[in-house]
Amino acid sequence: MPTLTYRDALNQALREEMQRDANVFLMGEEVGVYQGAYKVSRGLLEEFGPMRVVDTPIAELGFAGIGVGAAMAGLRPVIEFMTWNFAVLALDQIVNSAAKLLYESGGQFPIPIVFRGPNGAALQLGAQHSQAWEGWLSHIPGLKVVAPATPADAKGLLKSAIRDNNPVIVLEGEMLYNTKGEVPEGEYVVPIGRADVKRAGRDVTLICHSKTVAVALKAAEQLAEQERVSAEVVDLRSLRPLDEAAITASVAKTNRAVVVEEGWPHCGIGAQVVDVIQREAFDHLDAPVLRVTQADVPMPYNKQLERLAKPSPDKVVAAARRVLYLD
Amino acid sequence: MAKTMPERRGSAVLGVDAELARKLLHDMLLIRRFEEKAAEAYTLGKVGGFLHLYIGEEAVAVGATSVLRPDDCAISAYREHGHCLAKGADPRRVMAELFGRRDGLSKGKGGSMHLFDAEKRFMGGHGIVGGHVPLGAGIGFAIKYKGGDQVCICYFGEAAVNIGAFHETLNMASVYHLPVIFCCENNRYGMGTAFERVAAVTDVAEHACSYDMAAELVNGMDALAVYAATQRAVERARKGGHPTLLEVRTYRYMGHSMSDPLHGVYRTKDEVEEQKKRDPISQLALKLKEEGALDQAGLDALDAEVRAEVEEAVKFADASPDPDSAELTTHVVAD
Repeated sequence: MPTLTYRDALNQALREEMQRDANVFLMGEEVGVYQGAYKVSRGLLEEFGPMRVVDTPIAELGFAGIGVGAAMAGLRPVIEFMTWNFAVLALDQIVNSAAKLLYESGGQFPIPIVFRGPNGAALQLGAQHSQAWEGWLSHIPGLKVVAPATPADAKGLLKSAIRDNNPVIVLEGEMLYNTKGEVPEGEYVVPIGRADVKRAGRDVTLICHSKTVAVALKAAEQLAEQERVSAEVVDLRSLRPLDEAAITASVAKTNRAVVVEEGWPHCGIGAQVVDVIQREAFDHLDAPVLRVTQADVPMPYNKQLERLAKPSPDKVVAAARRVLYLD
Repeated sequence: MAKTMPERRGSAVLGVDAELARKLLHDMLLIRRFEEKAAEAYTLGKVGGFLHLYIGEEAVAVGATSVLRPDDCAISAYREHGHCLAKGADPRRVMAELFGRRDGLSKGKGGSMHLFDAEKRFMGGHGIVGGHVPLGAGIGFAIKYKGGDQVCICYFGEAAVNIGAFHETLNMASVYHLPVIFCCENNRYGMGTAFERVAAVTDVAEHACSYDMAAELVNGMDALAVYAATQRAVERARKGGHPTLLEVRTYRYMGHSMSDPLHGVYRTKDEVEEQKKRDPISQLALKLKEEGALDQAGLDALDAEVRAEVEEAVKFADASPDPDSAELTTHVVAD
C-alpha cells in the first residue's frame, strides 16, 4: 500500500471524485493558480480548468453562499476555507442556509456540499488563528461533521463527504498535512458516523479525534511503558453523527474513560461524549469520566504558554492515572 | 426624504401587447387579494409567526416574472409570497404553507418566510436579510457551469444593501460573469428605519459602479416599466452571462410585518395615502381602460375570478391537516 501525506491523500480524494463526477467542483481562496494555501489542491487547476477549480476573493461569506446556491441547483461544491478561523465569517451560510434548506423546504432542496479546511491550533499563530470549532459545528442539526486523523481516513472520509447528499464539514489540520501513512489506492471510502479503534486496550478508553489521536496514542505508549496500563484509543472520526455504539462498547470493556480534544471545555465535544457514556454505560463505569481539552482561554502566542494551553500526552497520562486511581 | 422617481418614458401601455398587460393585471390582483386574505387569516389566528405582506409592491414581482421562462430561477427574502405566486406556485399550496399545513409547499415546515417550489424553480423564501443574495449568485454559477441559458433573478429589499453579503456577491457575480439579475425592491424602509437615515448612498443603483455592473433605476409602481427593464437585464444575462443590478422603487402599504404598525413612528399616514395614489394595480387598470383594452365589467370579472381563486386557496388550506408528528424528524438529513 502506498505511503502518502495527509495532504496528498486529500488531493487524491478530490482528484478521484472530480474525475468520477463532473458536478463536483472546488472553490476557495488560493485553490487554483497558487495550488492551495496548504497545497491540498496541487495540480487540480491544470487537470480540471478554472470552471471547476475556482479562485475566490477573500470573501468567505460570499463564496460559501455561492456554494450553497450551486448545491441548490444541482452541483456538488467543495468549499475550501483557508482555515476554519476564517469560516466564522461564513457561519450564516453554513448554519442558516446549508443546514436548514432541506428541512424548511419540506425535503425539496438537499444541499450536497462539503466545507473543508484546517481546524484548531498550529504553532504560535495567536488567538484568532488557533481555534477548534467542532463544538459549534456539531451542534447544528442538518450538518455532518468529520475530523480525520490519518491520511487513509482523510481520503476515505473526504470521498464519503463529497458523495453525501448533505452539507458535510471536513475538519483537517495544519499540523496533520505533512503526516504520513498508508493509503489504499483508488476506491476507498470511510463511512461517515463510524469510529475506529486506533489501539486496542483493556484498562482505560482514550476517546479522541483529529490531532488529539496522536496525543492519545503517545499517552497510551507512556501508560504502557510507565504504568503497565493498557489503554484503548478510540478515534471518533465523525463528530456528527457520533458513533455512540463504539464509545459504549469500549467503555463497557475498560470501565474508565478520558476524552481528549483540541476545543475549549465548555459545551465541547467531550461534554457530548460524556453524556453518551453516562447514559449508555453508567453501570460499567468505575470512575468519573475526565476530559483533557484546550485551556479555557484564548490561545496565547508565547511558546511556553501555548504549550500549557494545549492537550498533551502528559496531561492525558495524568487524567488516565486519576481515573485509574493510581495517584 | 427619498428622492422622487423620475418619470420613465416608453413604459406606457401604448405599444405593449394587451394580452401581456391583462396577465400582469391578473397576477397583481391575485397577489393583492391573496395577501388580503392572508392578513385576515392572521387576525383569525390561522397564520402564526411573522407575516410580511407585499401589498403595494406587486408590480415588481409580476413585471419581472413575466419576462422569465419556466426554467429560469427566482429567489427571494421573507416578503416573498408575491414572487412565489408570480413564478407559478399553486395559491392553494402557498396558503396551506402559511397555515402550516401538510399540503403546504414546504409541508408546513417552512411557513410564510420559507416558501419553496422546486418544480417552478422558486428557490425560497429566506429569512436572514441579505443571506440569500449569495445563493442567487450560486444558482447563476450552476447555470453557467452546466452551460445552460437560464437566468436567476434574486429579489431583496434595500436594507440588504447595507449587508456585507450583498457587496461580496455583486463583486463575485461580476468577476465570474454570472447570469443573475439582482432586483433590489427599494420600498424605502428597513422595518421602521428610513433608508436615507442609515445608507450613505441612497441610490442603490449607484453601487453597481463599484462592481463594474450594469444597472437601471426603475419605477416599481409600474408593472410595464419593470417588465421592460427586466427584459433588458435578462437579455444581458442570457446572452452574455452579465449580471445587472435593478433598483426598483416601490412602496409597502402595510407595516413591516403584521405585528408592526402601518405608520405613526417612522412614516406619516399622509405619506402612505399619498403613495397609494400610485397604486400599481389601479394605475394599470386605468391605462388599460384608457386604451380601450378593458372596460369596468371586464375588470370586475377579472377581480371576481381572482377572488374565487383565493377563496379556493383558503378552503384548501383550511381542509389540509396538520403535518403528521413523524414529520418532526424527517428532512433533517437527506438519504
